Amino acid sequence: MNTGEKEHIMKLLQFNLRLDGRKPIEFRKPLKVETNVIKTAEGSARVTIGETVVLAGIKVEVMEPFPDTPNQGSIMVGVELLPMSNPDFELGPPGIQAIELARVVDRGIRESKCLDFGKLCIIPGERVWNIVIDICPINDSGNLFDAAALAAVAALKSMTFPKQTDGKIEYKEKTNKKLELSDLPISVTVLKIGDLFVLDPCTEEEPVASGRLTACSLSDGTLCALQKGGDEPLSAEDIMAMVDLSVAKAKELRKLIP
Amino acid sequence: MQLKVNKMVYKERLLGRKFDETRQIIAKVGVIPRADGSAYFRIGNTWAYAAVYGPRNLHPKFLQDPSKGILRCNYNMMPFSSSGERVRPGGSRRSKEISLVTVKALSPVLDLNEYPNSVVDVFIELPETEAGSRCAGITAASMALADAGLLMKDLVSAVSVGRVDDKIVVDLDYSEEAYEDGPVADIPVAMMPNHNTITLLQMDGLVSKDMLKEVLEKAKKVCIQLYDIQKNALKEKYKV
Amino acid sequence: MNQKENNEENTMEIEQVQKQEVKVAPGTLLVKEKDIVAPGERLAQGFEILPGMGTYREKEHIVAGRLGLVMLDGRTIKLIPLSGRYLPKKHDSIIAKVVDVNMNGWRLETNSPYQAMLSIKEATAQFIERGADLTQFYEIGDYIICKIVNVTSQKLVDVTMRGPGLRKLKNGRVIEVAANKVPRIIGKQGSMVTMVKDATKCNIIVGQNGLIWIEGQPENELMAVQSIKKIQEESHMSGLTERIKAHLEKNAAKSE
Repeated sequence: MNTGEKEHIMKLLQFNLRLDGRKPIEFRKPLKVETNVIKTAEGSARVTIGETVVLAGIKVEVMEPFPDTPNQGSIMVGVELLPMSNPDFELGPPGIQAIELARVVDRGIRESKCLDFGKLCIIPGERVWNIVIDICPINDSGNLFDAAALAAVAALKSMTFPKQTDGKIEYKEKTNKKLELSDLPISVTVLKIGDLFVLDPCTEEEPVASGRLTACSLSDGTLCALQKGGDEPLSAEDIMAMVDLSVAKAKELRKLIP
Repeated sequence: MQLKVNKMVYKERLLGRKFDETRQIIAKVGVIPRADGSAYFRIGNTWAYAAVYGPRNLHPKFLQDPSKGILRCNYNMMPFSSSGERVRPGGSRRSKEISLVTVKALSPVLDLNEYPNSVVDVFIELPETEAGSRCAGITAASMALADAGLLMKDLVSAVSVGRVDDKIVVDLDYSEEAYEDGPVADIPVAMMPNHNTITLLQMDGLVSKDMLKEVLEKAKKVCIQLYDIQKNALKEKYKV
Repeated sequence: MNQKENNEENTMEIEQVQKQEVKVAPGTLLVKEKDIVAPGERLAQGFEILPGMGTYREKEHIVAGRLGLVMLDGRTIKLIPLSGRYLPKKHDSIIAKVVDVNMNGWRLETNSPYQAMLSIKEATAQFIERGADLTQFYEIGDYIICKIVNVTSQKLVDVTMRGPGLRKLKNGRVIEVAANKVPRIIGKQGSMVTMVKDATKCNIIVGQNGLIWIEGQPENELMAVQSIKKIQEESHMSGLTERIKAHLEKNAAKSE
């Protein structure tokens, strides 16, 4: 890491400016969420934050329920950091960065209880739906955490079940049945650079942050997932301030989901 | 007892498409800012992204070629890209083979002599596929390579030509690939359109020699059309 | 636009154009200067026009050997690259980043597929003792402006820090532009970059390898960065100097 770059970024922040002229809590533009972008998927979304573009697609399967939850279906979240999207990503199975991303997105959805897993039951004890959400960045110019989480939730909301008979899925026959989420959990990551907090980091800012907090919240501000990252410790005051920023921004981002 | 008569006649295509007509095409260049070159190519409901990184450092060292740069391609379908079940990530034997023939399809146009010991990486990703994916990938990759500023004597265009019963059809769609009422052949062809040379040729199915001749003639016509589209997409990026 | 109809029309058009070419006189240009051409496109016919950089001859035609901008140089037709990674060239001044320090000197990233070596001998005008701590001169992460003294056929690159203006770059920020835009950003005898420097009151050094160092007051730095990005995007269009001048005047530099 080039300390000169870190010092330079911090110096700009003293003037309330970032490398691209944004204010510290400003998100890049364009900022949009599009759904139903992939017809072969049961649900899909494309999120654009500045130059970062992420696709999420959902495929459903039918399976036997897990023994400890015989009347519930399940979800699975996968992230593949495609080498196409970033010169530093390598081919191969998901590394720790992809795994952390997938698990944080998963927790945000699962723990929010926005999805009633009981509704995914077809025949109790025998047959349930498994919803698999796959997230693929097209271009990574920073802030994959927020883009991925937003894409996953938007895809879930717009998803429709295909026709299912006796455990066999007719993928090409769609029904009108949707998931009916009770709320939309939204993740917003806050970085600490020097003494200041920054939202929506670009590629150059990410390695320079001393601390990072991803918070996932519901419409009323209830937190449903937290993940601290970064090498440096954060104080309790830092965390409370970062949570406030995250929840406030989440309210704005939630409105973008069609 | 009724004799089953095999009519051996393919009458018409979906949506009134002519036998020598491709599905609707969209091509765009420069869609992935982090890459050195990139392109998007859509034909019907099959769309591909191609990103080029390079020439860049190649590790491990034993892979390096001291006389010139090497070309590497990776073709991958996203897990949600198939109309049926989910495609397990991580590639398959099929995607590895397609990656190989893609390298062979693109190498003949490239001159990497100025870049010894380095690599040009091409990544092809398909978010949605409905027949003709390897050809879409190659067509996108060739635009991306040009966008990356590499020395290329031509572009490469590719299309799947096929035989359905008695007809030779251009740009097979899914229903034609899966046609069951008569003999079928799926023949992906890639060409250097301005040199009338073929850099990819594969076949699944049954054809006579005469049919193959017609296939290659039709492929040539389409590849020239595709070249025009690719050329315009490249110029569009740099327009006012 | 109906692509299907267009495809058929295009095929017919190409056949007609190709037929027309045969009737045209030898030594004819098929494109104009400043046209953007794609690999494989025919640029000229006959033997009077010579193939320059980025083009090649195929029988009686000169053909584009890359995506580029047509330039005529007497009887030679050549293509200016619109993109492409930097290739280290002897005598180029480049901005490089130190990535390793060892017994023999420093290894540098050059924004190209090839790293460069700065040997102890070439590091400064002063004499460096054997066994001295090299990091006191340049450390990992430092940006320096240096000159390429040699590039072997295997692309091993040697640089020197001995020469006017060559030094470690402190403060400021380094941005990346396409290497082939550098001449436009510098301008005739430095006119373009000087215009930006004056308007933004920033120090600006442009490396041939596409890295640019900018130092000044934060808001002015941002304006310099935006101006340079604008030059990069519109470099192939005419009237660039006037447009950049107007852009700079519109966002007039705030005094310190």
